[in-house]
Amino acid sequence: MSSLYHPTVARLTYRALLGRRRALILFSLPALLLLIAVAVRLLTSADDATADGILGGFAIATMVPLIGVIAGTGAIGPEIDDGSVLYLLAKPVKRSTIVITKLIVAIGVTAAFSAIPTLLAGFILNGNGHQIAIAYAVAAAVASVAYSAIFLLLGTVTRHAVVAGLVYALVWEALFGSLVSGARTLSVQQWALALAQKIGEGDLITSDVALPTAVVLLVSVTLAATWYAGSKLRSLTVAGEE
Amino acid sequence: MPPETVPQQRADVIHNIGYRHYEGARLGRAYARRSLFSQSLRGAYGLGRSAKSKVGPMLMLAVMCLPAAIIVAVAVATQANKLPVEYTGYAIMLQAVIGLYTAAQAPQAVSRDLRFKTISLYFSRPIKTVDYVVAKFAALVSAIFFLTALPLLILYVGALLAKLDFAEQTKGFAQGLVSVALLSLLFAGLGLVLAAMTPRRGFGVAAVIAVLTISYGAVSTVQAIAWDQGSTDAISWLGLFSPITLVDGVQTAFLGATSAFPGEYGPSTGTGLVYLLVLLGLTAGSYGLLMRRYRKVGL
Repeated sequence: MSSLYHPTVARLTYRALLGRRRALILFSLPALLLLIAVAVRLLTSADDATADGILGGFAIATMVPLIGVIAGTGAIGPEIDDGSVLYLLAKPVKRSTIVITKLIVAIGVTAAFSAIPTLLAGFILNGNGHQIAIAYAVAAAVASVAYSAIFLLLGTVTRHAVVAGLVYALVWEALFGSLVSGARTLSVQQWALALAQKIGEGDLITSDVALPTAVVLLVSVTLAATWYAGSKLRSLTVAGEE
Repeated sequence: MPPETVPQQRADVIHNIGYRHYEGARLGRAYARRSLFSQSLRGAYGLGRSAKSKVGPMLMLAVMCLPAAIIVAVAVATQANKLPVEYTGYAIMLQAVIGLYTAAQAPQAVSRDLRFKTISLYFSRPIKTVDYVVAKFAALVSAIFFLTALPLLILYVGALLAKLDFAEQTKGFAQGLVSVALLSLLFAGLGLVLAAMTPRRGFGVAAVIAVLTISYGAVSTVQAIAWDQGSTDAISWLGLFSPITLVDGVQTAFLGATSAFPGEYGPSTGTGLVYLLVLLGLTAGSYGLLMRRYRKVGL
């Protein structure tokens, strides 16, 4: 199945994502989460509600979408932006292979930078009481798959992918999600939380979406976004800066 | 006049390629600075740019104004005796939109000059580093101020139309204007410093929004925990660590605002002084950093 994964494309994407300053944001977010976790743990005792507050309110709601935006759009956006994607497209590699390879790298980076720190923070905060740490880590990992696919698609569709991605993550999920309950059904965060709800014991973690719906939506959104990104890349026009 | 018909051909010229000196008026440094300011300000709302780049800023301006219009309509229809939102609370309520606007427009003001190296062309004109920095800074401050003050103006006009108490509304409106002016200074400063670090627009956008949201997310999470633990003193000090809570703290201490902190435990006047100093310090610091950034123009 060499047609789905191209090691050279993967290496280039990986280096573009973790090279220099972009990596600074990617490293600073998890570091901040762990710092908060340690500080809170030192000041207070192990407490399920506190752990839920930090992991649900900060890690899943703020950190994972932001890492998803940076990694997802960063995997392809800058190349399209400066036109160097032409050199990649000129090589005898299938466009769908390029997209899938970039997606795999983006998922890997997002998951590594969001799920692992979430797990660690969970263990620091309450020693995985009620499976909270594992539940949120799984939610972070699942969310990073969907976020990467969506934001990679945005990277191929628009030059303003970062802004569009942030509008989705901040305005749609955070602002509309808190005002209009219907908007929550169409939010990656809630789909991932549905999974976390299943894993976590007790009723601390709640989601507005039922588990089967969440799984179906997650899978179909990821697949549809990947397919569409592939077909967008096939008819890509590299325009000048407006 | 085509080159062939230039009358007196000098004897020592081998080829006359028709070069002529500029003999018009030279408008000077102040004019260049003013032009840079007005171009940047127009650019921040997409004026003079492509139709596509007008969509974003105009949409955000509409999103900022729409709730104000609705609030006014409701207040007029129900003949309420006061507005349901404080003037000072409005910007805090819509901070996500202001953050997005700053993140989208700060890089557009500075990143492309760096990326396409037009910045060196600017400095081949009679402007100095200080002119460029002041013009860009002032333009972004004005743009954010317009974005945040316009909905307040809608609220104020609506309140007067609803025949609410004139003195009280005017005082609230003035307090709101001072608060959004401080907010504009702070956000523009932070946005420009982060955006000027990189020639990549996308990266600048991500950096600005990350600093604004992550710091707010972290602060409000820790504040909520402090609230659970009953340490109300900590709540009022924690607000120092993110831009929007900084503004919230200053206006709670000095501008009669109701704090958005958990349990409304905003800073007292003494603590508020620290907030104000930090806010002004950050603004001045951003200006200083920008001046340092543009001292040497290379990437």
